[in-house]
Amino acid sequence: MSTLTAERPTAALATRSKAPKRRLRGESKLHPLVWVFVVAVMAFSLIPFYWLVNTSLKKGASLSNGELFPSQPTLENYLVVFQNPEFLLALRNSVIIAVVTTTVALVFASFAAYALARLKMRRKAMILTLILSVTTFPAIAIAAPMFSIWREIGLYDTLLGLIIPKLTFALPLAIYTLTSFFKEIPRELEESAYMDGATPFVAFRKVILPLAVPGLATTAILVFISVWNEFLLAVTLTTSPESRPVPVAIAFFSGTSEFDQPLGTISAASVIITVPLVILVLVCQKRIVSGMTAGAVKG
Amino acid sequence: MATKTMAPSRVSGRDRAERRLALRMTAPSLVIMALVAAVPIGYAIWLSLNQYSVRTAGLSRFVGLENYITALSSSEWWAAFGQTFLFAGLSVSLELVLGTAMALLLNLAFKGRAVLRTVVLLPYAIITVVSAITWQTMFQPNMGLVTNVLSTLGLPGGDVVWLGEHGYAMAVIVMADVWKTTPFAALIILAGLQVISAETYEAAELDGASKWQTFVNITLPLLRPAIVLAAIFRTMDALRVFDLPFVLTRGANGTESMSMLAYTQLRENRLVGEGSALSILTFLTVMVVSVIYVRFAGGNIRDVAKEEQ
Repeated sequence: MSTLTAERPTAALATRSKAPKRRLRGESKLHPLVWVFVVAVMAFSLIPFYWLVNTSLKKGASLSNGELFPSQPTLENYLVVFQNPEFLLALRNSVIIAVVTTTVALVFASFAAYALARLKMRRKAMILTLILSVTTFPAIAIAAPMFSIWREIGLYDTLLGLIIPKLTFALPLAIYTLTSFFKEIPRELEESAYMDGATPFVAFRKVILPLAVPGLATTAILVFISVWNEFLLAVTLTTSPESRPVPVAIAFFSGTSEFDQPLGTISAASVIITVPLVILVLVCQKRIVSGMTAGAVKG
Repeated sequence: MATKTMAPSRVSGRDRAERRLALRMTAPSLVIMALVAAVPIGYAIWLSLNQYSVRTAGLSRFVGLENYITALSSSEWWAAFGQTFLFAGLSVSLELVLGTAMALLLNLAFKGRAVLRTVVLLPYAIITVVSAITWQTMFQPNMGLVTNVLSTLGLPGGDVVWLGEHGYAMAVIVMADVWKTTPFAALIILAGLQVISAETYEAAELDGASKWQTFVNITLPLLRPAIVLAAIFRTMDALRVFDLPFVLTRGANGTESMSMLAYTQLRENRLVGEGSALSILTFLTVMVVSVIYVRFAGGNIRDVAKEEQ
């Protein structure tokens, strides 16, 4: 991976050993004011998390005080969440939807991205522009007619009915990210495969795909996060706990009126589904960074 | 057969095979996107030209542009339109300023940079619904951190029900968006920062430019393509805002967005025709803005497209 991405600006970010000279100069001689900024940025990023956890550990009357540390911390909210069958169903739904959508999107997108990155093709620029423009479509413009179509053909309120439209938004993201990863793979490797008589498709399967595994993993993470996060399609196209994914379940946790909104329980549910994502960031941050900026700036 | 004439025809034969393969490899993705994006939007246009009976399912009549006229002459649409642009303007400008500052910090070499990078990235992975709930806990009357700090310091806002008042509710929504998406802007800008060569800075240093002069006259102009790119991505996203007002206010107190209004008419009020018209209007608005962006500011996007040709 490191040799393949040496020219990428993001690789300089990911592997410090390759950082240009400029940034090694003056290491740890930061102006005190800069440290203030560093601390402020960290506080802005982290304090809201702390407050969410803090809220999730409170119940009853303590929910209406502003204690920095809960004086009677309780895990009761977490128990309530885990005993809630609708939340567990939502977790299951989200996992199924995200895994299936990501897998299917990756398979189709890797074909398309290879053609766009490597093969001669008519109207390539137009196709890329079209694909990119789909990422800017407001989901409501798809969700509204899908709501009518799905109700007529019986896909309304089903997992499949959610996976199909989510795939439409996952595909362009995956194609765009993968295309820039494929472009980085040195052409010489394919050329030597051609010399051995390989067809472009064989070169793709035997040479490019194995080399692109890190890029595929990165794309998978980004697509997974975006599918997991998606809300508008999910809330428009589902109605029952059997097909609702997590974001919708949490949004409707609020109970019957806005006055008895169980903020402690909602916070606990939020913490529960945030923990895996935080772990994902901690483990895969280099990949996430390189994927988010892939193709953004030509390196 | 002379080899001279053989060579070009073999190449063009390979060319043709390659183009065919390229088409076959992109076709599945393009077909899925066409079926699940273009077809529904086409159907939405049809739905928006009809009026549907609320009582009898399936009963409808063609009304032409009537739904659009109703929508465009309603105060709700223009309120949602204005609120969406207010939200996008506020959140995107804050994200670009904060994102540039974060990118500059992340580009410095200091002990703890890796920690800073990880910490900054965390809110990005949080789902938007949770970001909304997080900021709700921060601004909750009596128990919120922000409200408590404000009232302890005797500042205004401590005793305000933030989500229950015009202006304040919008502020919470903007905060929740800035918190979650500034990392994205920061990383795009950081990638732009890292391709500025060290020599450029050294030349400026030799000319005796101050740090501020260097930033304004060298860094910012060279960063412009990255900042514009971040602005485009963020604006397109902000104009579609839905999750945050849905969770925080259900669109009350001056926070209803275009997408929310269309959703409410469609699903809660069962007005299929008008809801479809509103979603098409939202779609057109976003498309017009993206065309304006690419036309006037997106030189780098056009360059990328040209390079592909």
